[in-house]
Amino acid sequence: MTTARQNSGVRDLFAVLPETDEDAQRRLHARLVAEAGRAGVLDVAYRTVDTPLGALLLAATGKGLVRVAYAREDHDAVLEQLANSISPRVLHAPARLDLAADELEEYFAGRRTGFDLPLDLRLSSGFRRTVLSHLSDIAYGSTASYAAVAAAAGNPKAVRAVGTACATNPLPVVLPCHRVIRSDGVLGQYVGGADAKHALLTLETAA
Amino acid sequence: MQRHGPTVLRVCRAVLGPTAADDAWSETFLAALRAYPKLRPGSNLEAWLVTIAHRKAIDHLRAESRRAVPVGDLPEQPSTSPLPGGWESDLWAALKELPPKQRAAVAYHYLAGLPYADVADVLGGSPEAARRAGADGIAALRRTYPHTPHVRGDEGEAS
Repeated sequence: MTTARQNSGVRDLFAVLPETDEDAQRRLHARLVAEAGRAGVLDVAYRTVDTPLGALLLAATGKGLVRVAYAREDHDAVLEQLANSISPRVLHAPARLDLAADELEEYFAGRRTGFDLPLDLRLSSGFRRTVLSHLSDIAYGSTASYAAVAAAAGNPKAVRAVGTACATNPLPVVLPCHRVIRSDGVLGQYVGGADAKHALLTLETAA
Repeated sequence: MQRHGPTVLRVCRAVLGPTAADDAWSETFLAALRAYPKLRPGSNLEAWLVTIAHRKAIDHLRAESRRAVPVGDLPEQPSTSPLPGGWESDLWAALKELPPKQRAAVAYHYLAGLPYADVADVLGGSPEAARRAGADGIAALRRTYPHTPHVRGDEGEAS
């Protein structure tokens, strides 16, 4: 958002002083991430990872992976939400998410059927959180109906609430809400879009 | 906050030169991270960062003047590999000759884009004094800094 607002009358005076020095920024940013980590003032680390379904945003707190977001959710908006709901101390710190990125890469390559990552479920609460905690019970390559998940979560009538829990899943792919489909076999909606849901289920049945 | 990284670095470089700018930038953003949760929503982030950077710059200038006393000639900055003809040699040499207040006013107004009312908040004093410091600084740079625009623009070849 910041553009060159420099008064044009003196622009030439400072022309040799680069507006953006990529090398210096990279070096200083790495130093800041390290120092902020040591000082305990890096609350949310994030990075993106390229997948067949587009770039995924990954964000983690000290406790674990807290958010996975598709590009259609607007990564800038998601980071803004994280700053508001968790802490404004948000930094691009890819190394802190290497493990999650590696596991997602393996998953999309068909070489991984489950995730073994520390998770931070603080963005979900109540019944939604209960629903999320049951999603990993649905085996890789299989599906369950919204009604079956509602029953598993202890409230068979809360079919619609299961749909909401899936739609607001802060950790899609990792918590496999894409395996929850309608009782009539129709795939239904998905936070990453219906095509992404289809692609994930196809990946899992092909592997 | 990260969006303002390049601007704050440019400001630190103009105020402190190549050697201390990196440290001041790092200290500014670390301090900003610490204080961020207390920042009022809707605050002008860039002005806030410049304010922090200004305090860090003052710390550096004080430390430098303390160090400068016992040493006769300051050694040439050894580790920053200034490019021949780059900003480190010519522009910084000219900026360094300005009184600190003028240098700061020039950097905060012309590089960070802060209005003089905000520059005055950072520096202390009135907006008029800040404007004067900025204008005097630019005028002095035009006299001392060799790469003035009309030399390049009119002659087609820099002398």
